[in-house]
Amino acid sequence: MMMTVKEIKKSLLVSLWFVFLTFPIMVIKVNPIERTVTWRWSNVLYVAVGSFVISLLAKAWLVRKARAAGRQQAACQARASILQELLHRPGYRYPLIIMFSGLALAFPHLFSTYQANIMTTALMYIVLGLGLNIVVGVAGLLDLGYVAFYAIGAYSYALLNLNFHLGFWAALPIGGLLAALFGLLLGFPVLRLRGDYLAIVTLGFGEIIRLVLENWNAFSKGPSGISNIPRPGFFGLEMSLDHAMIYMYYLMIGLVLLTVFVVNRLQHSRLGRAWLALREDEIACQAMGIDKTRIKLTAFALGAFWAGLVGVIFAAKTTFVNPASFTFLESAIILAIVVLGGMGSIVGVICSALILTLLPEYLRALSEYRMLAFGAILVAMMIFKPEGLIAAVRRTYRFHERKSVAALQDDE
Amino acid sequence: MMNKRMSKPILDVSGLTMDFGGIRALDHLDFDVQATEIVALIGPNGAGKTTLFNCLTGIYQPTDGEIRLACPKTGQQTRLNGLKPNKITEKGMARTFQNIRLFSQMTVLENVMIGRHCRTHSLILGAILRNRKTREEEQETIHKSYEILEKVGLAGQVDELAGNLSYGAQRRLEIARALATEPFLLLLDEPAAGMNPQETVELVTLIRQIRDEGHAILLIEHDMKLVMTLSDRVVVMDYGEKIAEGTPEQIRTNREVIKAYLGEDGE
Amino acid sequence: MDYFIELFLSGLTRGSIYALIALGYTMVYGIIGLINFAHGEIYMIGAFTSFIVATTLSIYGFPLAAIVVVAGVAAAIWSSAYGYTVEKIAYKPLRHAPRLAPLISAIGMSILLQNYVLLAQTSDFLAFPALIPEFAFMEPVAHIIGSSDLVILITTAVVMLALTLFIKFTRIGKAMRATAQDRTMALLVGINVDRVISATFILGSALAAIGGLLIASHIGQINFAIGFIAGIKAFTAAVLGGIGSIPGAVLGSLVLGLTESFATGYVSSDYEDVFAFSLLVLILIFKPSGLLGKADTKKV
Repeated sequence: MMMTVKEIKKSLLVSLWFVFLTFPIMVIKVNPIERTVTWRWSNVLYVAVGSFVISLLAKAWLVRKARAAGRQQAACQARASILQELLHRPGYRYPLIIMFSGLALAFPHLFSTYQANIMTTALMYIVLGLGLNIVVGVAGLLDLGYVAFYAIGAYSYALLNLNFHLGFWAALPIGGLLAALFGLLLGFPVLRLRGDYLAIVTLGFGEIIRLVLENWNAFSKGPSGISNIPRPGFFGLEMSLDHAMIYMYYLMIGLVLLTVFVVNRLQHSRLGRAWLALREDEIACQAMGIDKTRIKLTAFALGAFWAGLVGVIFAAKTTFVNPASFTFLESAIILAIVVLGGMGSIVGVICSALILTLLPEYLRALSEYRMLAFGAILVAMMIFKPEGLIAAVRRTYRFHERKSVAALQDDE
Repeated sequence: MMNKRMSKPILDVSGLTMDFGGIRALDHLDFDVQATEIVALIGPNGAGKTTLFNCLTGIYQPTDGEIRLACPKTGQQTRLNGLKPNKITEKGMARTFQNIRLFSQMTVLENVMIGRHCRTHSLILGAILRNRKTREEEQETIHKSYEILEKVGLAGQVDELAGNLSYGAQRRLEIARALATEPFLLLLDEPAAGMNPQETVELVTLIRQIRDEGHAILLIEHDMKLVMTLSDRVVVMDYGEKIAEGTPEQIRTNREVIKAYLGEDGE
Repeated sequence: MDYFIELFLSGLTRGSIYALIALGYTMVYGIIGLINFAHGEIYMIGAFTSFIVATTLSIYGFPLAAIVVVAGVAAAIWSSAYGYTVEKIAYKPLRHAPRLAPLISAIGMSILLQNYVLLAQTSDFLAFPALIPEFAFMEPVAHIIGSSDLVILITTAVVMLALTLFIKFTRIGKAMRATAQDRTMALLVGINVDRVISATFILGSALAAIGGLLIASHIGQINFAIGFIAGIKAFTAAVLGGIGSIPGAVLGSLVLGLTESFATGYVSSDYEDVFAFSLLVLILIFKPSGLLGKADTKKV
């Protein structure tokens, strides 16, 4: 890395600016009751060094990126990552998959139930991420109220159980379908809106759902929430807490597999192509005979469906729901998962869901900075790597017995 | 001077008017297109040609007037006013865009497959279960798309991202994508813009071939040589009005047209 | 009747505060067509800065008048600095990116700033010093309107007037109007568009900071999360009035403030926020161009 004096000078100026900028909030801390002022001068140093280093790194990155773009004409051609490369090579594909599934199956037996429990949460975020990925990543609709559908799933199990003693397995599809139905109801008037208005309306919808749950005591028991929600049963078998946790883990593994299977097939279908096209150019899409409202609605409802399913599982796992679990920040976390993973990339979303949920769990020191980091990730990814950690790769299609096959294969 | 044809037109526009606020972009426009005919729409910049296309394809709602489309096979007539763009495409009229609007992050083949969307039917369940019907439909989509790409000369680049194609190839891909919707009337908005002479010659051949396969074509073009060699009939517009209509020979000598292009004191 | 007037005046106060924040949304939207999600956070930082400065000065025994002036100026300076920096970091590099990108970046910035204040300061509610004294001459009408309401109304009116004059008559104000109309043309006639954008962020942030100071001393407490709800409401007001339109933002804010005040006064305060959000959703669905905005035609 070559750094000219000029660049270092610039970074020094940046660092000076940040010292000024953060001065009142980072340095002064007042206690209005005891009437004391604490001057935290050491923070000046941290800010100065931190912003200097980050500024240098950012510049180096941008220089490298510009150079890479200059070298390669086909800069917009997304290259397959190593992982995807391996997954696409039959020789590696199956051993890799077997290895991963072996690890996943053995996990609760290799580690403690506590670890399995954390992993279950991570798996839930994978499904949430994959669900939102259909809406944001594939169809390009910025949904900031995704958590509302999650809440609808969770509360539908809690309330159905409370009022009608409905079991987990009966509530699971109902929760998913109810969320999808709400998705349709919201989507119908809203999906005609422009992208940024859509984001705001969905944000508003998410908050409305949460506030209604908080205030409508007769219906949802308000802020105190609903407790004693039963865990899922297994043919009427009594289970210890430990076993119930492990059972929950396997349940989630199953759901993740199902989600990956379904989402993958959807993406590579007539519908999936239409979603992608819609993300790129709505007017051209309509001119090609695509009914954009209908296609958007299916994306919206399908995304909501997965959130509803995970909502039911969430209620069953924690045996307790209250509105505080469904704030805007939850939507933001799921959005961060999709953005970090790479819009529209299934492998990417799985990786980033694991990173973003497991890292703060295992590095307890970091967990305080979790939300700060999520915010920073959203900004940094947009600026430095909008395609995400693992970019989605366009599929190439195979043809059956035709004269053109030879010509085609020459091309690849 | 206009030879009144006996057959019913497939596109019949009458009294078409479009206002934007106080500005009249189209002013009581009348014209028609017959089956398997190539009609060129010419006129100075700002004459309202692209606005006309946007009205025809449902992107703008015209202030006044009638647009009727009749399928040459069934003879069934539809009023297009108030229909959504996608419905109009389903009725059998497809278009390309002046400022190319391809799905640039998708492959060439996928772009054409998107065009097949309105002629195929599989939905969520089909996509998930991937049953026999869906698989067959998908194969058919691929084959038909590939055939169209062969026709426009892009068969060698099916897996390329559309955004990486050369300018001329992108214009041809737009035509391919529109053809995939199985239109009987194809609207081309400046198909030769930005093409080199060689590419333009190939384009003329391509458009002729498309017509010979039974499609009618309405095109906006500034390249007069192309217009004069290709079209059966020319409609000239200026300030939102039709100022002349006729065969290329008639238009070449029309005083109104010369005036519109060269200004009042033109020769 | 007194109750009605009281609600009316408190609605006006509310609306004035919304207006100070809504102007920032509407100006930025007018210039670069972006919903600046982080704007509510800029307002929060204004409130925090004034809290920190005012409390420090009062602990060191400065007179009230000095505290008010210094806290106000400090809030405006630092909020502007944050607004300027946010634009440079999170939006400027994305000016030619797809529309979704700056929006996601803005949401990221909002979360980042909230948690930055949470970590650097505290998550507790903090008692904000009373910067506006109870005036003696307000005694007879104190049951209808408080002194701080009066100060808020007057300050807002003065600020609005100053803003109008600024945009109408100064060089940079004219450049702003030109850029809002057509950015490419503005660039072609030699307007430094980058500077105009920065100026817009600085101006909008300063207004939000004044709003932050006023509302914090009016209500008497702050915490790191006040920006989110205030931001959403001000945005609702801006959309209600027609986003991009400055008089629209003021009108929308007053309408929102008054309806909220009457709804909570006569109906129930439980659903105050639900009401604002529902209003937002309904306007966007049925009249996205707002009261004074103009509908945009799509270019093909």
